[in-house]
This record gives sequence, C-alpha cells and structure tokens, in this order.
Amino acid sequence: MSEKAVSNYKTKKKPSLWNNKIKESISGYLFLVPEFIGVFLLGIFPLFFSLYLSFTDWDLVSGLQSINFIGLENYRYLFQDPAFFLTLKNNLIFSAVYVPASIILALLIAIAISSAVYFRDFFKIAFFIPYISTMVAVASVFAVLFHPSLGVVNNFLMSIGIENPPGWFGSTDTALWGIIIISVWQVVGYNVVIYIAGITGISKELYESAQIDGAGKFKQFLYITVPQLGPTTFFLLITSIVNSFKVFDVIAFLTQGGPNNATNVLVYYIYEEGFQNFRMGYASALSWILFLIVAAITIVTAKSQKQQF
Amino acid sequence: MMEKLKTSKVIGTIIMGMLAFLFISPLLWMLSSSAKVEQDVMTYPIEWIPREWNFFNNFSKVWLEDIPFDLFYWNSLKIAVITTLLTIIISSMAAYSFSKLHFPLRNVLFIVLLAFFLVPTESTLVPRFILINWIGLYDTHTALVMMMAFSIPLTFLMRQFMAGISDEYIEAAKMDGAGYFRIYWKIMLPMVKPIIATAGILKFIWTWNDYQNPLIFLTSEQLYTITVGMQLLSSEFGTSYATTMMAAVSAILPLIVVFLILQRHVIDGITVGGVKG
Repeated sequence: MSEKAVSNYKTKKKPSLWNNKIKESISGYLFLVPEFIGVFLLGIFPLFFSLYLSFTDWDLVSGLQSINFIGLENYRYLFQDPAFFLTLKNNLIFSAVYVPASIILALLIAIAISSAVYFRDFFKIAFFIPYISTMVAVASVFAVLFHPSLGVVNNFLMSIGIENPPGWFGSTDTALWGIIIISVWQVVGYNVVIYIAGITGISKELYESAQIDGAGKFKQFLYITVPQLGPTTFFLLITSIVNSFKVFDVIAFLTQGGPNNATNVLVYYIYEEGFQNFRMGYASALSWILFLIVAAITIVTAKSQKQQF
Repeated sequence: MMEKLKTSKVIGTIIMGMLAFLFISPLLWMLSSSAKVEQDVMTYPIEWIPREWNFFNNFSKVWLEDIPFDLFYWNSLKIAVITTLLTIIISSMAAYSFSKLHFPLRNVLFIVLLAFFLVPTESTLVPRFILINWIGLYDTHTALVMMMAFSIPLTFLMRQFMAGISDEYIEAAKMDGAGYFRIYWKIMLPMVKPIIATAGILKFIWTWNDYQNPLIFLTSEQLYTITVGMQLLSSEFGTSYATTMMAAVSAILPLIVVFLILQRHVIDGITVGGVKG
C-alpha cells in the first residue's frame, strides 16, 4: 500500500493546503453530528426543558395550554416536603454505607487476588459475574433468599442462635440494608477489576526496598499499596458516590420505595411524582436537585483531588 | 507451573475460594432452585443438587405457558442488537473525529461532551418522557433505541484507542486519494477491532439489563423486554419460587455465557477505560 501511495503522491497534483483544511474541518463536524444529536436529544434539551418545567405546575394529562408558571413554588414546596427529606436521608444512608463498603471490600479482595492466590483469572471472573448479571433477576433471587420466615439467610441466622432474625424487605428497619447488600454485592467485582489493574501498575521495587528496610506485610499495605492506589481509589470514589445517588432498579423492582417509604430514594421519588402522580413540574424540580447534588459532588471531589496531588 | 507451590499461597487460594463460592452462591442457588420442585426450594440446609428434578416442568411454565417469555426475550435481543450496532457506529465516528481530525472548536466540543457525561440520565427522565410523547413514539421500541443508542463513556474509550494509532497509516491513505469516510471505515475501524468488540459486549450487557427505560417508555405487554417481563412474571407467579428462579436463570444465563467466552475483552475494556454504564 505504501509503495502505491508514494507513486500516487508523485503523479497527482497536490491540492492546496487551505482546501485540505476546510475539507478536514467539514469532515470533522460531520462525523460528530450523530453523537451531538444524542447530546442534544438526551442532554441539552431535557436539561433546560426540565428547568423550565420546574417553574410550572404542569400535570402532563391536561395539554400544554394549561401549563402555569408558578415561579419558585415547586422549590419552596420541596424544602418543606417531609417526603423529600426522607428520601434524601435514605439516600445519604445508602451512600454512607454503599460507598465505603464497596470500595474497602474490593480493595481487600483485589489485594488477595493479586498476591495470595493461584488461578487469578478464575477469581477475577468469579467476582465479576454479579456485575454483568441482570439486576431485576438478581433482585428476585435475593428476595427469596431473604424471605423473613422461610429464606435461607434467616434460617442460617437462626441456626447460629439469633432468635429474632430481621424481616429484611418486609420490615422498615432492615429493608434499606437489604437494598444496600444487593447493591454492594453487584458492584464489588467491578471495583475489584479496577483495583487489580491499579495494583499491577505499582512498581515491584517499592516493595523490595520496603522489605530490605524490614517493613512487614501490613506496613507495606498501609504505606505503599494504599497511597499508590490513590488515583484508582479517587476514580472509584467518584463513580461510587454518583452511582449511589442513581440507585433505582433494585428499589423499583423489589420494594417500590416501601415498606412505608423506608427504601424511597431520590430517583425513585422522582419516578413516583412524575410517572405515578403526573406532577411533572415537581418531578422536574426534584430532578434538578438530583442533578445539582451529583454535579456538586463531582466538582468538590475533583477539586480536593487536585489539591492533594 | 515450574515454581514450587507455596504453602501460604495454597492457603490463600483455599480461603479466597471459599469466599468466592459464598459470593456467587446466590447465583448457584438460583440455578439449583430453578430445577427443583416448589416445596424443595426453601429447604435448609441448602440442597445444591435437586432431590427431585423438575427442570422441564419449570422451563415450560416460564417459556411455554401464559406469559410470552419468548417474546420478551426476542424483544430484548432485538433492542440490544440494534442499540449496540448504532452505538458502535455513532460513538466510533465521534471518536475518530476527536482523535484524528483537526478543526476549530474541537476541544470546546469535547468539553461539552465531557460535561454532559456528568448529567445523570435519571435527572432527565421527565423531559425525555414528554419529548417521546410529543413525537408520538411512546410505547415503541424506537423510543427505547433512541434513548440508548448513544454512549459518551464508550466514545471516550474508543477515542483513547484511536489516538494511539499512528498517523502514518492515515497519511498514506490520504495520498492514495482516500476520503475521510473511507479512512474511518477502511483503516480506523479495522485497526481498533478489539476495542470495538469490548464496547459492543459492554453495551449489549447494559442494554439487555436496562430496566428503567422499558419501565418508563413501554406500556404494551407485547413490547416488553426481559426486565419488565420479569416484573410481570413475578407478579403472576407470586410465591412460585422455582418458576421465578427459572425466569431469573433464563434472563441471566445468556449474558454469563457470552461473558465467559469473551471475558478478556470485557475486563480489558473496563480496566483501560474505567467504563461504566
């Protein structure tokens, strides 16, 4: 191919540089058109349209002509809405457990897989399988395993002497914990794979010189592995926090926010208000709060990361 | 296997093996329960091998009776395949443009893309639903495909790979008189085949597993995908756990099989790009 290219180069007239540039620019934009149709359709338009809707009391059913501009009313209502604060509280509890649990567990498993076992690939795959499994199918399996009276989990708890095992998804005290367990279980394998890649990238020399200095395994873990994995942990921290505010599937499928709103979280509340009560204006205001929370977390975490390094 | 077995590593393997077993035991339990008779599902201690096999009975209940599970399956497959193909084409075109072409505002447009990557899709559910209603696509598969045929993270992943391809190939093709589309189609795509495979598998899995979009954009049962179909099925069968487990197995198993065959692609893609749907 290159020979032919060279001969062509010799015989053909070279088009002017300027023409080439214009041609390249136009092609550049054309190749971006489909992607940016998506950005407009799923990003720009919805974001600003929902901002507009959040200042109205529209209910979807009664046509566009009955749209009423009500200013900040939705937002004022939101800050007095106990249901909103309950979903926010549930969401924060979910995040506060889900984020550290999924990261720390993954770190420990990743270290064990990369240093203490044979058949590494087998372990990687085993822990990764939950991540690709269909969440609603997984949820229906866990619902049976966690059945309050007949389920395997509570049978096990009773066999080791716990007389009143939790009611899991049937009880307001434990339903959210059930949701957290399923969610952590599903995501750990993903974090493990990312951590293993990070661990592979740590220079062996660091450990060797630490060994010469007489540092034990635990000290090596604390002073080499953990700091060296800083950027990986940072990446997982951001994705985990953001994902914890997007939790929806398992709740919509399993508990519908119940019992008694014990598992109602932000996205599920948006779904309820928008698609069950048809309060499009209020649901839009909630959506904007969700968007602002996620954006704020991302920006603050990114800034703190920059200062640290 | 020249090196000697180390005792500590053998012990580590055994401990981790038990942990891994515990970890995937819900899925193994699902598999074994799907082949049991109803009254054996809840037995404790767990019987991993069914005492009485009831596989075909459960299978026919899920696949051949009242609920059109095969139709849900077909719908999921159709949507996942179309969405995956479209996403690959759309994302790879953008990736090519961002990695190999030079034009004014390229970086600005890239930052716009990055910014919208941070907008959670959940926060645009309401306006997207209204939009789909307006253009008359509510309760169609087209709406689902439209909502899912784009992926900013996969665009980033492919861009990263294309940026690593030497410009010499492109220059040579240009001198050969190839236009930009030809270069994209005949040179770039073939050269990044492995990452396209990765992106394709990931997108397929994400689309197959998607619950939110079909839940919101579909209402007719005959259009249901496997995930909303599961919901229908579990309300229909109620406490018939063996049947529910058979349905869960049916939903998950094809993904696991595809994953086991192509796992290296999936794991590599995730490791390189930190991609997450």
